[in-house]
Amino acid sequence: MSRAALLVLADGRFPAGGHAHSGGAEAAVRAGRITGAASLEDFCRGRLHTSGLVSAALAAAAALGADPVALDAAADARTPSPALRVAARRLGRQLVRAARATWPCTELDALARQFPKGAHQPVVLGVAARAAGLGPEDAAYCSVYECVSGPASATVRLLSLDPFDATAALARLAPELDVVAHAAADAARRALADGVETLPAASAPLLEIGAEAHAAWPVRLFAS
Amino acid sequence: MHLDHTHDGPSAVSADARRPDGRRRALRIGLGGPVGSGKTATVAALCRALRDELSLAVVTNDIYTREDAEFLLREAVLPPERITAVETGACPHTAIRDDISANLEAVEDLEDETGPLDLILVESGGDNLTATFSRGLVDAQIFVIDVAGGDDIPRKGGPGVTTADLLVVNKTDLAPYVGSDLERMAADAEAQRAGLPVVFQSLRTGSGVTAVAGWVRERLAAWTA
Ligand SMILES: Nc1nc2c(ncn2[C@@H]2O[C@H](COP(=O)(O)OP(=O)(O)OP(=O)(O)O)[C@@H](O)[C@H]2O)c(=O)[nH]1
Ligand SMILES: [Mg+2]
Repeated sequence: MSRAALLVLADGRFPAGGHAHSGGAEAAVRAGRITGAASLEDFCRGRLHTSGLVSAALAAAAALGADPVALDAAADARTPSPALRVAARRLGRQLVRAARATWPCTELDALARQFPKGAHQPVVLGVAARAAGLGPEDAAYCSVYECVSGPASATVRLLSLDPFDATAALARLAPELDVVAHAAADAARRALADGVETLPAASAPLLEIGAEAHAAWPVRLFAS
Repeated sequence: MHLDHTHDGPSAVSADARRPDGRRRALRIGLGGPVGSGKTATVAALCRALRDELSLAVVTNDIYTREDAEFLLREAVLPPERITAVETGACPHTAIRDDISANLEAVEDLEDETGPLDLILVESGGDNLTATFSRGLVDAQIFVIDVAGGDDIPRKGGPGVTTADLLVVNKTDLAPYVGSDLERMAADAEAQRAGLPVVFQSLRTGSGVTAVAGWVRERLAAWTA
């Protein structure tokens, strides 16, 4: 296994469509919940401990080899907002394409065949990590990092926020990313024995509501 | 990118010339260029010129609205199911060059849902002079500038002006009003482009999109040969 493969997969420039999504930041900016670096950090912390934990656990479970179909159903059950389900599947479809080109393997081919319109992105992320020779912690780390880095880079564009301030906020969150990534990987290991229904199911109602409102805007910069 | 390799997987990865069912996919032509230069107007004129002889579809990349797609729908240049808008997250050049996944998805869905198609036109959001399309997304690209954006643009060059397969200098009807020197633009473009073709057009007067439509037909003949 190559450690550097983790950097390839976690790189914000990995071409899997994430740049067009704000992770809820565009809706939160409009609602006045993100106004600068401090509130961006609060937003990311909230996302990390709710949908971030859920996504990372799904990714870790997929990296451990859990059945992607069962995990995808578990992701649906943990995503009430139809707009967020659409976004997660669209990103999953884009990630499976990039991952198949990057780490060709039969598991990714099978996943693309089972979900022609896309599986939930965290599930694909876990299978991609597996294809790259990475483990559950690695998949969870990719997932939690992207959970906070997406809103941060979107906020830089939306508020013309100083990019150094946004990056410093990410660095301050790093110890919490460690905690959540390990918790997610532990939960994924338990779920292998006890079933996917035992995976974390934390949720952030404002993210779900914001996503629904955002999807109805006629004019927006980001797809979600 | 391996152009003639067929993946056994469920869908093509990127520039593969064949679809999973073995048929040749549609030729994809990108149209890029600065804001307001006439990309959408050129797409609309091409659709009108070619729709009776070819099966075609359009992908637009609007920056923060669906204006371009809505314009094409309003003008009824194609049936609505043949026009798709991609959202680009404030970064139009990323969506056509660095991370083409959303656009690839759009072209593949158009072929799945309305195909077989001969040609898909992909319009970029208006951008800067360095914005070019990835070869993983399109087979050929047209860079559209206009005479009103400054007659020094061909001289300034940049990847769009120098490397596009076709450079279109649009709105020649406005040249007298904005004081643009068309001969100088033509000489500068020739110097920048090492023999690649340049078309001067006005969509308001004269022969309109005829020359560009002819170039598209030639590309299609080469693609299907
Ligand atoms: N006079 C004149 N106007 C033109 C011509 N072609 C386009 N226009 C006008 O120029 C304006 C911009 O044209 P569009 O086709 O929307 O330009 P675009 O490049 O698609 O613009 P963005 O997508 O916003 O970057 C419209 O008002 C067109 O009607 C032309 O040949 N002559
Ligand atoms: Mg346009």
